[in-house]
Amino acid sequence: MKRLLPYIFLLASVLWLGLSWVPHTPKQGEFDLGAFSRIPVLVGGRIKPLDTVARNSLLIMRGKQTVYIPDGKTLAATRWLADTLFDGKVADTYPVFAVANQEVLGMFGMPQQDKRYCTFDELRNYLPQIEEQGKASSETDSKERTPFQTAIFNLRNSLVLYQQLKNSVHPEGTVDFAKEINTYAETIFAGTASLKEGATPLEKERMNLLKTSLARYQAQTDSSYMRVVAPLADGQAMDWLTTGDALIRVDSPESIPAPVSAFADMGDAYRAGDNVAFSKVTKEYAGWLSIQHPDWTLRSNYELRFNQMEPFYQSMVLYVGAFLLACCSWLVCPKGLRKTAFLILLLALVVHSFGMFSRMWLQGRPPVTNLYSSAIFVGWGAVVLGIVIERLFRDGIGIACSGLVGFITLIIAHHLGSNGDTLEMMTAVLDSNIWLATHVVVITAGYSAMFLAGFIALAYVLLGLLTNRLTKETAKTLTRMVYGVVCFATLFSFVGTVLGGIWADQSWGRFWGWDPKENGALLIVLWCSLILHARWGGFIRQRGLICMAILGNVITSFSWFGVNMLGVGLHSYGFMDQAFPWLIGFCISQVAIVFCAQLPLTSWKSFAKQGGE
Amino acid sequence: MQILNRLFGVLSSLRLTVISIAAAFVLVFAGTLAQVHAGLYYVQEQYFQSWMVMWSPASGAYKIPIFPGGHLIGAVLLINLITAHIRRFSWTWSKAGIQLIHFGLIVMLAGGLATDLFSVNSYMRLRKGETKNYSEDAIRMELAVIDETDASIDQVTAIPGEVLSKGGEITHETLPFKIIIRSFFANSKLRNVGQEQGTSLPAASNGIGQRLSITIAEPTTKIDERDVMSAVVEIIPNKGATLGTWLISDAMAERQEFDLESHHWSLQIRPARYYKPYSLTLQTFTHEVYPGTMTPKNFSSKVNIVDPEGKNSRQVEIWMNHPLRHEGDTYYQSGFEPDDSGTVLQVVRNPSYQAPYVSCIIVAIGLIMQFTRHLTGFARRAKPPIVP
Repeated sequence: MKRLLPYIFLLASVLWLGLSWVPHTPKQGEFDLGAFSRIPVLVGGRIKPLDTVARNSLLIMRGKQTVYIPDGKTLAATRWLADTLFDGKVADTYPVFAVANQEVLGMFGMPQQDKRYCTFDELRNYLPQIEEQGKASSETDSKERTPFQTAIFNLRNSLVLYQQLKNSVHPEGTVDFAKEINTYAETIFAGTASLKEGATPLEKERMNLLKTSLARYQAQTDSSYMRVVAPLADGQAMDWLTTGDALIRVDSPESIPAPVSAFADMGDAYRAGDNVAFSKVTKEYAGWLSIQHPDWTLRSNYELRFNQMEPFYQSMVLYVGAFLLACCSWLVCPKGLRKTAFLILLLALVVHSFGMFSRMWLQGRPPVTNLYSSAIFVGWGAVVLGIVIERLFRDGIGIACSGLVGFITLIIAHHLGSNGDTLEMMTAVLDSNIWLATHVVVITAGYSAMFLAGFIALAYVLLGLLTNRLTKETAKTLTRMVYGVVCFATLFSFVGTVLGGIWADQSWGRFWGWDPKENGALLIVLWCSLILHARWGGFIRQRGLICMAILGNVITSFSWFGVNMLGVGLHSYGFMDQAFPWLIGFCISQVAIVFCAQLPLTSWKSFAKQGGE
Repeated sequence: MQILNRLFGVLSSLRLTVISIAAAFVLVFAGTLAQVHAGLYYVQEQYFQSWMVMWSPASGAYKIPIFPGGHLIGAVLLINLITAHIRRFSWTWSKAGIQLIHFGLIVMLAGGLATDLFSVNSYMRLRKGETKNYSEDAIRMELAVIDETDASIDQVTAIPGEVLSKGGEITHETLPFKIIIRSFFANSKLRNVGQEQGTSLPAASNGIGQRLSITIAEPTTKIDERDVMSAVVEIIPNKGATLGTWLISDAMAERQEFDLESHHWSLQIRPARYYKPYSLTLQTFTHEVYPGTMTPKNFSSKVNIVDPEGKNSRQVEIWMNHPLRHEGDTYYQSGFEPDDSGTVLQVVRNPSYQAPYVSCIIVAIGLIMQFTRHLTGFARRAKPPIVP
């Protein structure tokens, strides 16, 4: 029984995963948004399901992927999006605009609290002020904005996004869209016929209808957030249109593109509260798409599944579990718990890998394309290395350290992901899969190794100082682990940095330019070679190596995030301002631990009796 | 002899290696932080491409060296590497990895030094259909003194910006006059006279300078801005009385003109030019974006290269990550003129551009050899004793 326990635990975790992957089935009388959330549209140059659009928009506006409405209910992202697209009046009552600044709230005459979610109805009267103040802050350099300016700037962007969403299918406030476009198309047809010689000219009323409709559709095109009209089977991503644009090209009722009619029917059914008709038309449209564009449909369906499964959240939970189990294994039942921890860590890695490879397939890119995916990859690399270490030494250290690194990096990724679409298109200079796959991946693997070495070194100091579990043998083993992992970090960082130099030589004409990001990479290489040479020369011993590895954490986080915060390079990230205190806190904690490690060995709990290194 | 031996011992010691790496670490870290206020170009010059990092008080009265600069540390590391190589070199398999790594590093450091000393970086801006046989420096300026008497050809005498900055008097055998630098501004602002407070005096007695006033500006630290170099110069013919003063500035597109002894002359401050033995003509420039966004997908320029006799011409395309290498120059797609009317190509002349490629391959082989040896040993020792 005891031998089976780890596997029973594993089975329970798999069951937990499986349960959270069962799709939600709508109850009787509820809207079935399943087919709707799968519909692909074009936003930001990428074809993605409406579900992704809904989640990312909510992330930008309120920082979460769901909406809490005052009566205590939670609204799924797609439900909110359906209201916004089809029934603006209802959407205006949802509290989706996060305002995290007392001054801004004061401007609206609201109680001055730290954070409040406002509805559009509440903000409606203040739109001119928000526009005016927001415009003023957008002209200020992002680094010099006051908290008030930043808050108002973000609010203005959210409002713009919201207005664009409301105009994405049809102009806001449209009532009977299917009828409207039919009348319009008939009039166009009649108008074209009237141009022929000898035909009677169009009546004035119908001429006016054409004029106002065309202006209306042009306005919709100009303010639409997405392109919802998919081209016919042989079309390219370039050929996606907004509904307005598609309608302007129409010349008869028969030439209205299928997607436009489908969206019009969807909207009408949705507003009428007719869930049967809505479900029917979304399913029919999904069927049409799957025949016309099997590839896009496949990806879109997959992405929806990926969104719903939230693999990174689940692996985060599993990493914590593995970490805690590994820690417990040093106190009680070492063998059984360690085995359980190892199995859970493997499961977490499987889920983590599934998430990472799904993203790669969806994007058609190597794993690291932006800061968000670098965090995902750093954790993944550290866990893979940690598993290797654990297989070699079998003492739970590899599990605990890699579980912790995996958890922390996924938390970081979670926060980095709150700026919108993390599968964004690559700007021209980065558009090179070869270099992304080599330079970026290798250098990020270097970060993984640095952090793993640093965390093993932390385990050495904490175990030694606070417990009596660090025997001379263990101390020696841990030092060997750190040394081995630092060697790996040196290899990855050096090769990655040089590859980066070669890429820079290919695209900017210089191998090295002393840019902060380049310097950050060089700092890691220099630090690693310093550790290795000081060790070879006998200038540092066990404790020196451990302390330098801990300081490696500081240097790696500086190189990973710190240089982006200097504001010298070309990019500034929204998350960075909030992350700054955390980064500083992390660095201070590492330096503090290094200071503690300088205490004479007699004050180390583990060495008090044994004496000496 | 004993002293030489000891010197050799110190130069090839591991202690010197560790000290140099530590110094390099401090320098890179400090240099990165300094970029926040001082800007990239300044830091690059003062920290990395210098022998000593200098400090001077706010008054700028004196300078004292406070830390070894990039060139010094690089040179010491290079000597350390070479001497250590000589001292410890041996033909054994167990050492081969380490030796390859360090040999590769020697190539890289030497190549880096050569790049710093000999490479030239400039830009070529081409509008559609335009032909140029020169590129322009991004930072360095020159004063072009042009004899325009013959309408079909400009006789140019170029005076480097550094010479202007020293002030004083400039004479040249091709010029029948002296140029006296009355004032010089490394960075400046030009305003219409009387436009704001402090702009009441015209800058010069001739040309557009009669209507403009000039004020000094702090050197810029931003990567996307350039200092506006200006000067007020007086022209005194070798025979005769002064012609008065002219304002010349990088901010002015038009040349400042005067006549002397039936010759028509003009003055202009412009980016320093590098002439090529061939010319480039821009055929087309394309700027693709992702559908429905402003995110650039690709930039590319189609250019014609024509050799001096105008006989051989060929068409090439330059786009992101795909530069053109021609006669020792490398052309990169760097940017574009507003509204896509033209392209900006970066031109690099770097005789040692292959050094990093060679060294990277050598070091990578060395690292792999070394670490596979380590790893196999590591794994063998790490296995716990098997309990039967």
